[in-house]
Amino acid sequence: MDQFTINILFVGASFALYIGIAIWARAGSTKDFYVAGGGVHPITNGMATAADWMSAASFISMAGLLAAGGYANSTYLMGWTGGYVLLAMLLAPYLRKFGKFTVPAFIGDRFYSSTARLIAVVCLITASVTYVIGQMTGAGVAFSRFLEVSNTAGIWIAALIVFLYAVFGGMKGITYTQVAQYVVLIIAYTIPAVFIAMQLTGNPIPMFGMFSTHTESGIPLLDKLDQVVTALGFNAYTADVDNKLNMVLFTLSLMVGTAGLPHVIIRFFTVPKVADARWSAGWALVFIALLYVTAPAVGSMARLNLMTTIYPDMSEQVEDYDAAASSPILYEDRPNWIRSWEHTGLIQFEDKNGDGRIQLYNDDNEAFTGTATERGWEGNELSVNNDILVLANPEIANLPPWVIGLIAAGGVAAALSTAAGLLLAISSAISHDLIKNTLNPRISEKGEMLAARISMGGAILLATYLGLNPPGFAAQTVALAFGIAGASLFPVLMMGIFSKRINNHGAVAGMLTGLLTTLLYIFTYLGWFFIPGTNMLPNTPDSWVMGISPQSFGALGAMMNFVVAFTVSNVTAAPPQEIQDLVESVRSPKGAGSATHLSH
Amino acid sequence: MADDTSNAAAYWKANVRTIFGCLIVWAFVSYGCAILFRPLLAGIPVGGTDLGFWFAQQGSILTFIVLTFFYAWKMNQLDTKYGLGE
Repeated sequence: MDQFTINILFVGASFALYIGIAIWARAGSTKDFYVAGGGVHPITNGMATAADWMSAASFISMAGLLAAGGYANSTYLMGWTGGYVLLAMLLAPYLRKFGKFTVPAFIGDRFYSSTARLIAVVCLITASVTYVIGQMTGAGVAFSRFLEVSNTAGIWIAALIVFLYAVFGGMKGITYTQVAQYVVLIIAYTIPAVFIAMQLTGNPIPMFGMFSTHTESGIPLLDKLDQVVTALGFNAYTADVDNKLNMVLFTLSLMVGTAGLPHVIIRFFTVPKVADARWSAGWALVFIALLYVTAPAVGSMARLNLMTTIYPDMSEQVEDYDAAASSPILYEDRPNWIRSWEHTGLIQFEDKNGDGRIQLYNDDNEAFTGTATERGWEGNELSVNNDILVLANPEIANLPPWVIGLIAAGGVAAALSTAAGLLLAISSAISHDLIKNTLNPRISEKGEMLAARISMGGAILLATYLGLNPPGFAAQTVALAFGIAGASLFPVLMMGIFSKRINNHGAVAGMLTGLLTTLLYIFTYLGWFFIPGTNMLPNTPDSWVMGISPQSFGALGAMMNFVVAFTVSNVTAAPPQEIQDLVESVRSPKGAGSATHLSH
Repeated sequence: MADDTSNAAAYWKANVRTIFGCLIVWAFVSYGCAILFRPLLAGIPVGGTDLGFWFAQQGSILTFIVLTFFYAWKMNQLDTKYGLGE
């Protein structure tokens, strides 16, 4: 059986499973559709949250970014897990007690303002659509490889499948399907990692293998990796970063974004009690951490494998790296995985010095130019897209074909589950907060669900269009979404619970400040509405203000949101007594009924 | 009613204090050990690199898990103590 057939079998079988579950748990009412009827066990919910959360960005893209950036990209690891600590302590239990299905509903009620509710809808849609773009980018990579089509065709196929799947399921279908998807994706992620850790270090647990001795060279794996990459002009994998301010802000942006992302928050509305919401956050983090502690091992080992594939002489203990670098493999002899990824356009080779060999090195490093010239190199000849690394990993390590099929199924599961969760958040914001509560309060339940499904379709089309010209690798695009959610929604949600003094004017001013400053900073460097070529400044560290990247700006946006909301609230009238009573009731875990939208 | 109010206020105060403690640890492992204090921890070797690197890629994540479970456990105790549990 060839690889293509095996991939189709694995992806097909996993799909059959999800569709079966979606049909079995079909949504019958709007309540089922939005919050799965409110009766989900904390561990089940934790697992579904983990699948919801771990998107194409975590599964496909993050290890690639770690491989390329090493220590500097630890921000993704800490940011995307540390946010759960904030979520578990600052938001989830109280929003569960509040007991409405949507994040804008809380903001609208707490700040007794339909303007605040509408602005929350805008923030939610902006963050979620940006996030879906990242999913489309990642899913496009996965489909293009496994169906052996171009990247563009891959994105369109992904869009079609996400649409069919999210539109019919609703939250109830999504919750149980996501449990299945979690199982598929975590198995798919860890099995190749275990194999590779065994091959390279003899230690079967990747998170320990990463810090063990590299068998072939007899020195610690990370030492070996540092030696190999620096011999080719790259930064050492474990090298410290110069701009600690940017690293702190980036991590903080991802953390507050995690806590402010509506599709994650609404997951906690599905458990029966406030205490369950707290436990559920803990379980979600356990299930997420299984992948996150493995990711750096996958990244570092894949990087080493990639380098020693191109430079076979570097794999053993090397005295003279100059000599080892002189004999990269011939392009003719390249392994099959390079051939198959070349079809997708995500690996490209250009023989710049005409010697028929593949020179892979860092030609942006000016200090290395001399060495490169001495070696007769005229530029880096192999460009490898970061996003392919996890998917190509089993092939790079020569693992059996079924492992590759498994990875295909896992990557697709990750992208689908998150895209579905996001689309649900978008559609509930439009159909419930915008149409039902603002434009047409007398809409029937059927009409509301129809509106939800139509808005899902619209969101997918927009995200697909932007996914064809993404503003970065999947994980980088997703990081922007976090900045937006963290700067606009997180601060007012938190203040709405922890302060009785924040009023309607403060919340509106705060959200607008956070959203607009963050968008302005992002669009300045990445183009207006991400349209390529419309950026006003080049997106390079030199032109960033104080070296703060667009991905890191969310933390500053959030701080401004806090300051503005606080100041404006203190010079305007305090919230009325019934709002202060509402805050009081949200703080007490007692008497949380099931989540509802009927308590007006 | 007055009792209820002061009880709720005491519960909330205990909750905020717990959160504050947890967030100090949260910030210490991630922003502290993994980023800002990494140069200070450079002398402590961990499998081919240093302790700060380990905190950035493993240690902080493991600490976060402990923190969320500790918080859930602690709050359950407080819920019972103040008679606000279900």
